[in-house]
Amino acid sequence: MDPEIAKTQEERKKMEQQLASLTSVTFDTDLYGRGDNRYDGYEQSIPVNEDDEVVDPGESEVARKLASYTAPKSVLKEIPRGGGDGVDEDAELGFRKPGKIIDREDDYRRRRLNRVISPDRNDAFAMGDKTPDVSVRTYVDVMREEALRREKEELLREVAKKKKEEEEKRKEGGGGAERVKDDGAVPAGQKRRNRWDQSQEADDGGAKKAKSSSAPASDWDMPDSTPGIGRWDATPTPGRVADATPSISRRNRWDETPTPGRVVDADATPAAGATPGDTPAGMTWDATPKLGGLATPTPKRQRSRWDETPATMGSATPMPGATPAGSYTPGVTPVGGVELATPTPGAINLRGAMTPEQYNLLRWEKDIEDRNRPLTDEELDVMFPQEGYKILDPPASYQPIRTPARKLLTTPTPGATPLYQIPEENRGQQFDVPKEAPGGLPFMKPEDYQYFGSLLNEEDEEELPPEKQKERKIMKLLLKVKNGTPPQRKTALRQLTDKAREFGAGPLFNCILPLLMQPTLEDQERHLLVKVIDRVLYKLDELVRPFVHKILVVIEPLLIDEDYYARVEGREIISNLSKAAGLATMIAAMRPDIDNIDEYVRNTTARAFSVVASALGIPALLPFLKAVCQSKKSWQARHTGIKIVQQIAILIGCAVLPHLRSLVEIIEQGLNDENQKVRTITALSLAALAEASAPYGIESFDSVLKPLWKGIRSHRGKVLAAFLKAIGFIIPLMEPMYASYYTKEVMVILIREFQSPDEEMKKIVLKVVKQCVSTEGVEAGYIRSDILPEFFKNFWVRRMALDRRNYKQLVETTVEIANKTGVADIVNRIVEDLKDESEPYRRMVMETIEKVVVNLGASDIDSRLEELLVDGILYAFQEQTSDDANVMLNGFGAVVNALGQRVKPYLPQICGTIKWRLNNKSAKVRQQAADLISRIAGVMKQCQEEQLMGHLGVVLYEYLGEEYPEVLGSILGALKAIVNVIGMTKMTPPIKDLLPRLTPILKNRHEKVQENCIDLVGRIADRGAEFVPAREWMRICFELLEMLKAHKKGIRRATVNTFGYIAKAIGPQDVLATLLNNLKVQERQNRVCTTVAIAIVAETCSPFTVLPALMNEYRVPELNVQNGVLKSLSFLFEYIGEMGKDYIYAVTPLLEDALMDRDLVHRQTAASAVKHMALGVAGLGCEDALVHLLNYVWPNIFETSPHVINAVMEAIEGMRVALGAAAILNYCLQGLFHPARKVREVYWKIYNSLYIGAQDALVAAYPVLEDEVDNVFSRPELAMFV
Amino acid sequence: MQASDRFNINSQLEHLQAKYVGTGHADLNRFEWAVNIQRDSYASYVGHYPMLAFFALAENESIGRERYNFMQVPFGTAFPNEEFFV
Repeated sequence: MDPEIAKTQEERKKMEQQLASLTSVTFDTDLYGRGDNRYDGYEQSIPVNEDDEVVDPGESEVARKLASYTAPKSVLKEIPRGGGDGVDEDAELGFRKPGKIIDREDDYRRRRLNRVISPDRNDAFAMGDKTPDVSVRTYVDVMREEALRREKEELLREVAKKKKEEEEKRKEGGGGAERVKDDGAVPAGQKRRNRWDQSQEADDGGAKKAKSSSAPASDWDMPDSTPGIGRWDATPTPGRVADATPSISRRNRWDETPTPGRVVDADATPAAGATPGDTPAGMTWDATPKLGGLATPTPKRQRSRWDETPATMGSATPMPGATPAGSYTPGVTPVGGVELATPTPGAINLRGAMTPEQYNLLRWEKDIEDRNRPLTDEELDVMFPQEGYKILDPPASYQPIRTPARKLLTTPTPGATPLYQIPEENRGQQFDVPKEAPGGLPFMKPEDYQYFGSLLNEEDEEELPPEKQKERKIMKLLLKVKNGTPPQRKTALRQLTDKAREFGAGPLFNCILPLLMQPTLEDQERHLLVKVIDRVLYKLDELVRPFVHKILVVIEPLLIDEDYYARVEGREIISNLSKAAGLATMIAAMRPDIDNIDEYVRNTTARAFSVVASALGIPALLPFLKAVCQSKKSWQARHTGIKIVQQIAILIGCAVLPHLRSLVEIIEQGLNDENQKVRTITALSLAALAEASAPYGIESFDSVLKPLWKGIRSHRGKVLAAFLKAIGFIIPLMEPMYASYYTKEVMVILIREFQSPDEEMKKIVLKVVKQCVSTEGVEAGYIRSDILPEFFKNFWVRRMALDRRNYKQLVETTVEIANKTGVADIVNRIVEDLKDESEPYRRMVMETIEKVVVNLGASDIDSRLEELLVDGILYAFQEQTSDDANVMLNGFGAVVNALGQRVKPYLPQICGTIKWRLNNKSAKVRQQAADLISRIAGVMKQCQEEQLMGHLGVVLYEYLGEEYPEVLGSILGALKAIVNVIGMTKMTPPIKDLLPRLTPILKNRHEKVQENCIDLVGRIADRGAEFVPAREWMRICFELLEMLKAHKKGIRRATVNTFGYIAKAIGPQDVLATLLNNLKVQERQNRVCTTVAIAIVAETCSPFTVLPALMNEYRVPELNVQNGVLKSLSFLFEYIGEMGKDYIYAVTPLLEDALMDRDLVHRQTAASAVKHMALGVAGLGCEDALVHLLNYVWPNIFETSPHVINAVMEAIEGMRVALGAAAILNYCLQGLFHPARKVREVYWKIYNSLYIGAQDALVAAYPVLEDEVDNVFSRPELAMFV
Repeated sequence: MQASDRFNINSQLEHLQAKYVGTGHADLNRFEWAVNIQRDSYASYVGHYPMLAFFALAENESIGRERYNFMQVPFGTAFPNEEFFV
């Protein structure tokens, strides 16, 4: 170290020691433990960076009079910084590593990657009257393609069916004529079970028809098949036995194959939803033409198509009009690795186009191989000691593996490095280090090469054709948006927006949309790209029309994303898109997808349509919806149309009301549709409409009541469930009288379905019962007599407790019934079950009783039931074994609290149980027992069982040595509850014994312990401080300082408040000394809390007890301390408000100094202190001091640091309030027309806030302006005088 | 001003201010400012009844007339010369 600096430091140290001896605050040295130099641990020089110090602007948030001593919200809100130990900390604070979207998607959602970004379409509006060019795709073309595709699909299905059947035939081994005869009888029986699509009427004739006629049989099971295809393309191979009756067996086969792996796929085999995975052999039509040679698709193939795709998608995604495949590869760059003898995976990868997945795989493989490479002799020599080991010869029979394929991938380094050698530099070599992106472009991930690779070619941009140049420009901007730093991203986004029309819709979307289909996209990236689309849409407006469908293809999947924000984003884009493109274009773009063969496409399209409806208004869409819902062409169209209505209802909620009637009318005929799926979705849509419009709009449903009620008598299974659901939502809308009538009607069916083994049906039935019961018109008597017996017989069984959703629904329904029938009825029926042998069932009973009792109280419960209940509860509480213990605890607490004084006779028994369980081996049990005490403490007080409570207090006190923090926390909580209830004086153990026992526990770092302990200590400090010697409180003060670092806001708040209580109890001096000493610590969080605590102490014990010491502390030549003092002053004046007028003159010199300090933070904090001071003393005659301070504040208006300028502006605002607008205006006038723009800008900003704050008051203070030739600027009125 | 300043709270403050009629900016000229002052003044006179009463007394006019006169100031210019009322 420089000797001179050392000397200076020495001197300074001496000076500081002198200074320290001057300070009046003396320390109790045996408490503080360090008498030598109180500046130990200070930073001895001013820190270089001030990031730490810059104080957030939010602290000015509230300046209100506080009811109790507490810190400003802004301080408590702050999240303490993690200690820097990485991932866990981050996860704790809610930061997650960004994940790929595809990783969290299920198979169904992944189907988005199967969609193709379709080519541009014709914009009919732009064309005018001209006939579109042949090369352009028009609506007609798209529709035709769609029809063709559907036809093809059906054809393939037919072929597959055929194949299957042939295979089946072969298996049957040409069983001859008898076999054929059997066919008629046996499969007919089987098939009845599985048949999916058959309407009830068809069912009757099924068997007969199967035997006799072939032609009608072929198409009844395919509602959308074009008749005729079925038969002739079967091309029976000659010489096969089964030839004689091909139709029969084919039909059987088809009937029995639902499609596994595509469970929800409606268009394939609509039965799939009902009976998934029945037969393992399905799906052949799916594995279509390429596999034509495969006669027997192996079961393995079944799942393949959907699962496989994303892997190869990267390069497989057809992107018409996008960059040709060649340009994806960065392979144009000469790669040194190619010449290597053994190509490393890295080198391979750079050579050619490679999908991101392949890349990842290789990266991983390489890593593993590096680690697993065989050790060479040299390496082994180094590892083992020289002596004591002998190298053996390999046995003669040993043959090393020398397969060339293996050889290729072993030891990637040609020179076989033993251990580590400094590698020879090879400049031509490039492993997998990506080429540096030129021109300040952000880092490119390997996955990005596919899209952005061409940017790496260092071509001269000037030489490229203009089209290419534009594309390059867009790509650069997109890359910046996707991977760049925030400022880069911002400018790039702005440029994309500003130049959107210049770039043109085509090039823009051709670059953006393929990116969104990238399989490795992450959430954040998608969000950014979607944002780009959103911005660009605004600018392009009607130019987007040809691209509407493309955009929809990539945006629609967002609508079913599991992430809420993604869904909202998707909705926003589609709604903007429909506003930009117009209804006609939207319909034209989406119409072909409505009867798409893929259910996924139809589903997303329906959702997108509902968004369009909410954006452009439902009336605009009604005619179209009507047409679609009544489509004769295909059931898919009707299905989708009705689904759109459902989605509209879900999306816009009660806003459907004005259009309710028309919407219901549009879909009502779907209830009688020939297709089961259409009937189901219609009922579901009606349910959604009724749910959305509740409690209004029953008159709109008039027309569907009859078909619905007829429907529930004629349907079974899924359809019935949907119908019941609709009814369940419609009944609550009815008048009480009708509701009662219809409930009775539907109840017959419901009671019949009580026995249904189908889980889905059970849930719906429970839900409907709940809805029916809660309507006004349904009487308790009816429920008791007609519903309850069957209900309890069928639902209150152990099995119901095992499924989570059933459990919840059953509890809800029962609680709803109890609301009608009263507590006693329900509790009577289930109270015995509290002693059931199945624990989940007991838990369900307990939860129900808890909810019922909380809702309705326990006054209905007679003494006998009360006895049973308490007995049952005690049993259930003691017998519990599972971890999910809160149900029992809550139930116990709820019942005891509801019974109130009636529980007195049982209290000894309860307390006995608790005491016994407090001594249990299992920590969970002990914790629960302690928790129970805190729940029932109030009731024990009511029952005047103070002695019992005192006893429990002693027991708990003895358990304070508990080592499990969770349990210790609960014990402290229980003690707190007891202290709260019986008061400080009567508490046993006495407070003077209890508190010293708590002091060491304050050291515990566990959150729950901390929270409960500080609450208890704070309580004692507040109410019973006099029971404890001051010395003990000082000890506690030290422990509390550590607590200021707690993560949890509640703990920090309680700590700060406790300082206030303690200061009040033992006087501020010692507490203050502790706190002031704490100002020098490093952590900002800690210092901030300390300043708050100082301010609170000042408020509790009057400022004059604190200010002298505080101001004296400002003399310490240390930034942190001085800033802490200023901050305390700021909080102090915030709290004391108008009391500040007595202290303003005292602190003015200090603030003067601070406002002239070189350090920014000094000035910032001082300015905020001035603000609070000014606001506090407004109108109390302190103008002289305030003007003086304003003169020091004013020069800071040119500060640029955001926090400082903010504080200064607020100080000036405060001055406006205290001094009046005119005074500030006078300061302002000098700069409003200053020749320097920078000056003018600042002054106008001040002027504007002044103007907004006190416009009227300025009128009298404006300067007198000279008149001009045409205009009078003077305001003669103001000169009038009477 | 640095690039990052454009996005912080202070720029929002200016944006917020700009939403109010009558606020100014660095490029405001004397005339525009004077017009604002005039309008604020007349609005203030009309808004405070005691002020109107005072002017009426001083000018020996009725209060209603005073108010009418103040409200007749043409939009977009400052208070016109005497001839306007003649």
